[in-house]
Formats: sequence, structure tokens, C-alpha cells
Amino acid sequence: MGIETEYGVSVPGHPHVNAMLTSSQVVSAYAHAVAQGRQTAMRWDYDEETPLRDARGFDLTRAEADPSMLTDDDLGLANLILTNGARLYVDHAHPEYSSPEVTNPWDGMLWDKAGERVMARAAESVPHLPGGREVRLYKNNTDNKGASYGTHENYLMQRSTPFAAIVRHLTPFFVTRQVITGAGRVGIGQDGRGSGFQISQRADYFEVEVGLETTLKRPIINTRDEPHADPDKYRRLHVIVGDANLSELSTYLKLGTTSLVLAMIEDGFLDLDLTLTHPVREMHDVSHDWSLGHELTTVSGRTLTAVQLQIELCEQARKYVEDRYGVDVDSQTADVLDRWETVLDRLLADPMSLSGELDWVTKLSVLQGYRDRDGTDWDDPRLALVDLQYADVEPTRGIAQRLQARGRLTRLTTEEQVAHAVSSPPEDTRAYFRGECVRRYGAEIAAASWDSVIFDIPGRDALQRVPTMEPLRGTRAHVGELLASSPNAADLLAALGA
Amino acid sequence: MATRDSGDQQKVSRTQEEAEVEEAPQASSDLAERKAALDDDIDAILADIDDVLETNAEEFVRAFVQKGGE
Repeated sequence: MGIETEYGVSVPGHPHVNAMLTSSQVVSAYAHAVAQGRQTAMRWDYDEETPLRDARGFDLTRAEADPSMLTDDDLGLANLILTNGARLYVDHAHPEYSSPEVTNPWDGMLWDKAGERVMARAAESVPHLPGGREVRLYKNNTDNKGASYGTHENYLMQRSTPFAAIVRHLTPFFVTRQVITGAGRVGIGQDGRGSGFQISQRADYFEVEVGLETTLKRPIINTRDEPHADPDKYRRLHVIVGDANLSELSTYLKLGTTSLVLAMIEDGFLDLDLTLTHPVREMHDVSHDWSLGHELTTVSGRTLTAVQLQIELCEQARKYVEDRYGVDVDSQTADVLDRWETVLDRLLADPMSLSGELDWVTKLSVLQGYRDRDGTDWDDPRLALVDLQYADVEPTRGIAQRLQARGRLTRLTTEEQVAHAVSSPPEDTRAYFRGECVRRYGAEIAAASWDSVIFDIPGRDALQRVPTMEPLRGTRAHVGELLASSPNAADLLAALGA
Repeated sequence: MATRDSGDQQKVSRTQEEAEVEEAPQASSDLAERKAALDDDIDAILADIDDVLETNAEEFVRAFVQKGGE
């Protein structure tokens, strides 16, 4: 699994600056900040079928490249593969961090948090580029004027799981999980003109139940299916309903609870029918009622609140884990279940008690503090600013980070763990091979992607492509020794038999 | 009788009152302290945020215009 996040980007005092160019500067600036002489600009390998020769022409080296050249690739935009296995690039008009593939929610949270630090470092470095101005980056999902940008989760699933079962069971889960994963938003409606607070940044931008689109007519269940792995075995479930979270607990539970529900679907365990009569409308209604009193209606005629629906799924997950694993359950799965259950119980008893733990409740209590102190209403632009600045990645300005520093927003990771994740890949997926290759042989890599690394070995005519189609191969256990005993890429390829 | 009864009642109720009076200030001051601490805390948090909020909120928020993504 993994999370890809498009960050909001702005240049204070220059609202009309070209967003693609600024995003490209952000990516380039990070390359300059961390490169220290190694190659960092490489082409993304879009097409595994393209003959290797065609991949030539993009093999910039750090020594040759000036900042503007670093932005060159086939789309004219910067693209980096980081030593932690992540991809840092420009997607549409936003800098995007796509985390490396991980096997569990805890690691997902950790490498997602690492992305915030990568963005902070990048933003800090932009003014040092020629022509670079001060840049703000926000880990949020809307400008409150009609534009939304995504935080997408990806889950590897078995191809054999019927898609109808995924749609049936995931829809009510996605409509209601925002009570845990919502990042909070000041403003109602896509353009934010409605006055008030709502739970989710993203909810109002969803218009249909199922579909392929991600930029218009956004569907609750997205059918994009590029597995970046063996398509006969795997499907990549591309989840676009999520908010960008600053709270680690929100991110951890987002990945953990979704994984549990997917496991139950894959295993054919869920027979609970929670199909909603009007899922899209309910998604908006749940988000708009932060008292959590809104009742959803199911096709079977039941009415229940979002928290009650989540409790039913959580109880199913508890039964499922007991049934399949019993006492052999791994500690992280048990931890996710316990936290899910506890958070739901507390949301049922007193939602505001989750202030300091979940994003939307924390943000709401700060906003209510302003309203109480200054007697303002929801239209006060300062409240909109608090909403925006909550997500600023810069540590002194970012409100979420200030709250964390004061112990008013819970951390699950340590800063040392995050710093390690900024530079090092997870050890138990193919991201290990990708990240370590970039770290060790960066100057000899022409291109890479989720499912390949392409080497450009001095003295060899053709590029050498190493496919990484199996997400769980290329781990430290698998290739650690091989990499350690290969001083350069030619040695590695010889050892791989290429 | 009535007076005495009434006096007894008064005495009883005074005793209860005294008991309550002995405990009540304690409890209410705890509560007040906790509430004051919470208020101080949120006040401190808001003051901390005030220090770093971008200047001219209205203009800053208006200028934050993004293109759609994804």
C-alpha cells in the first residue's frame, strides 16, 4: 500500500504565478538540497514495453544539469525518485509525493509523514534557486474556491476479488470513515461559499458512486486499475475519497481500517448489507454534521449514524480477526482494531474528546476557541486562514505542527523515525531495491518507475532494464547482500545475470 | 412544637449545609481551576497561533487559488 499526496502550492504576494512552474521549482529545489553531487534527475519510465533505446536522452547527471535543465523530462516537468523509494514530481499543477510501497499501516503513516518533511525541505530551498521566490506548501485538499486536489491511497488486491463486492462493501465504509479520517474544513460546498465547518476536505467534491474519473464527476469508488505489478494476479485499488491528514492517528487508522475491510471483502467474510440509499448525498450530509447526529438510510430500511455504521464494521472486523487468526494475530492488526474501537466509542460519547487526536476535531476546537474568544462567526477570514495554515508544511507556521510541538496533537512516530524514512526505503518491499539503487548507483540510473529500474552503464550501448513486477521482491532480505557486494551498477547487473 | 420541629429541621438542614459548605468550595474550586486551566490552555494556544498567522487574513485567503489536481 501507499499514499500519494498532491500539495497545495502558492507564492505569497504573487497569486497569478504559474503553478506548474512553481511546482517544478519545488521538485528541483529538493534535488539541489539533497543531491550533494549525485545524480537526482531521472526520467520516469512510463512504458515498460518501450524499447530501451527509446528511453535514452533523459540521462541528465547532476554535474551537467543546471536548475532549469533539472525540470526537463518528456512533459517538461521535474521528476525525482528518492532514496527512500518515493517519487517526487509534478502532477498537474501540484508537487506530489508518492510514498514508497509499504506492507502495513504503521509504515504507511511513517513514510507519509516523511513526505511532509520532504516538502518542507523543498519549500525552504526554492528561494535559493535562480529566480526562486518564497513558496508555501500545504498538505490539504482544497482552495475553497472550487478546486480540489487529491490524497490517494493505493492498496494491492487479489485480481480474483469480484469488483461488485468491493463496491458494495466499500461504499458505506468510505461514506462514513470521514468521522475518523476527516481533516476538517471551513466552508460548505465545492466553492466554499456556504458558511460553517464540515468534517471532510474532500466530501463535497464527490458526485457519483463509481467511475474512472478523478478530476471531474469524482466517484466514491474509483475504477482506475493500473496495478504496477502482474495484472493477472493483482488489482490496484485506487482510493480517492481520503483527506490529507496531519494527525498520525488519522493516517494510521485510515490505512489500517481500510486494510481490514478490504481483507474481509477479499476473504468473502462480510455478509452485512449496509448498502446506502443515497451514498453521494449521505457523504456530504455526514461531513456537514459535525455533531455526528446525522442518520443514514440503508436500502434494507435501517437508519443509523456514521459512527454506528463504523461500529458495526469494526465489530465484523473483530470477529473476522478472531475467526481467522485467533491468538496468533499480529500486534499491529490488534492495535488497529483496539484503536478503531476506542475512537468510535469516544466519538459516540463525546466527539470533542478526540481533540488533540483526530484532525477535524482538533481543528474544530481551535476554531471554536477563536469564535469564543473573539465572538466571530464562520465567515471571518481568519478562520479560513486557520483552516489553511493548519496544513502548512513549514514547522513554525504550520498550526498542526505547532500543536504537536506543544503536545496538543498526538504523535505516534518519533522525529528520528521520520528522518530515517526521509532518506531510507522500507525494507520489506521492492521500494527497497529502487531506493537503494538510487542511493548507491544514482549516477548510473537513466529512469525508474514502480515496476522497473533502468541503468545506463558507461561503455554499454543499450540501457539495461531491471523489472520489478512483484511488489514483495527486491526486499532487503532478498537483495540486501547482492547490493552490498556490488560496488557499481555493472557489478549488480552482472550478478543479476543481465 | 412546630417551632422546635422547625428549629430541629433548621438545625439538621444547617448541619447538612455546613457539610455541603465544607465540601462545596473544594469541589467548585477544583472545577474552576480545571476550567481556568483549560481556558488558559486554549488562550495560550490561540495566542501562540496569533503570533504566526499570516498577516491580512482576508487577502491571503483570497489569493490562495489552486488548479484542480489528480
